Amino acid sequence: MKRLVVLLILLAVPALAVLPGERLADPALEARARVLGQELRCLVCQNQSIDDSNADLAHDLRVLVRERLVAGDSDAQVLAYLTSRYGDYVLLRPPIKPTTWLLWFGPPLLLVAGGLAILSAWRRRAAAAARPMPLSADEQARLARLLKEGG
Amino acid sequence: MRRLPFILPLVLFAVLAGYFALGLFRDPSILPSALIDRPAPDFILPGLAEKPGLAKADLAGGVALVNFFASWCAPCREEHPLLMRLASEGGVALYGIDYKDKPEDAIRLLAQLGDPYRRIGVDRGGRTFIDFGAYGVPETYVIDKEGRIRYRQVGPITQEDYERKLLPLLKQLGAS
Repeated sequence: MKRLVVLLILLAVPALAVLPGERLADPALEARARVLGQELRCLVCQNQSIDDSNADLAHDLRVLVRERLVAGDSDAQVLAYLTSRYGDYVLLRPPIKPTTWLLWFGPPLLLVAGGLAILSAWRRRAAAAARPMPLSADEQARLARLLKEGG
Repeated sequence: MRRLPFILPLVLFAVLAGYFALGLFRDPSILPSALIDRPAPDFILPGLAEKPGLAKADLAGGVALVNFFASWCAPCREEHPLLMRLASEGGVALYGIDYKDKPEDAIRLLAQLGDPYRRIGVDRGGRTFIDFGAYGVPETYVIDKEGRIRYRQVGPITQEDYERKLLPLLKQLGAS
């Protein structure tokens, strides 16, 4: 029984808003439409893809994507068709270009800078530890006394 | 120079924090249009009932406002008095695109509140709406004499939007 439950949980796939009527008869085209649908942002409910959203506009965009695919567009052409109308914002994965460099490379850069800071601090401490400690005033006096007594 | 590894993350953090602080004061539901300074999309739409429709060719020759509206859209009623004022003051041609609406509902709305539009196109399928890169109603586009989109208003035009943004822009574009 437990195994069955686990199996059923593993089999569960996220519920998509794609309606049966929107599906294409050609499974290959439909599969491409699904991949594209996950990449495209629903502009009404901004953090959902058009496949996840049941907004009216998302439905229209799903139908539009399928129309373009049936008309023979490549995946890139479909995305270009939508970005020419809605801008890069319609893509859930922003493209890498000068205006998005900070977005893409900012966090790794911060990580590297922080790592370097830690590394250099650690090195300096290690170097300090390796150097002999200078004698304190008391020790200096005691050393002078010992040397004098010995000599 | 030895302090650089300590100062650099701090500077990066300050820059990021600055960006986030700016973001706090912006409304994320208002998106910039990708069509600014680009030609308005081509469209040919049928009219309401027996009236003539609206096509891109109708916009030629002057500064035009294209307003997406619908009878089922509450904020559209909010901006309606302002649209009526715009239409009566003249100078700029105001066109309407009725989005995903039943024609009889749209006709009833305009009979109730008045019809500010020079021409109305009916976009039942919502395709022209997508071609404009619109994502909600109401939305209003300012199109210059050369047929390029110069401004997009997302949501109803408020008195402040009208005085601070629309009027100066219309003046600048030469709509008298």
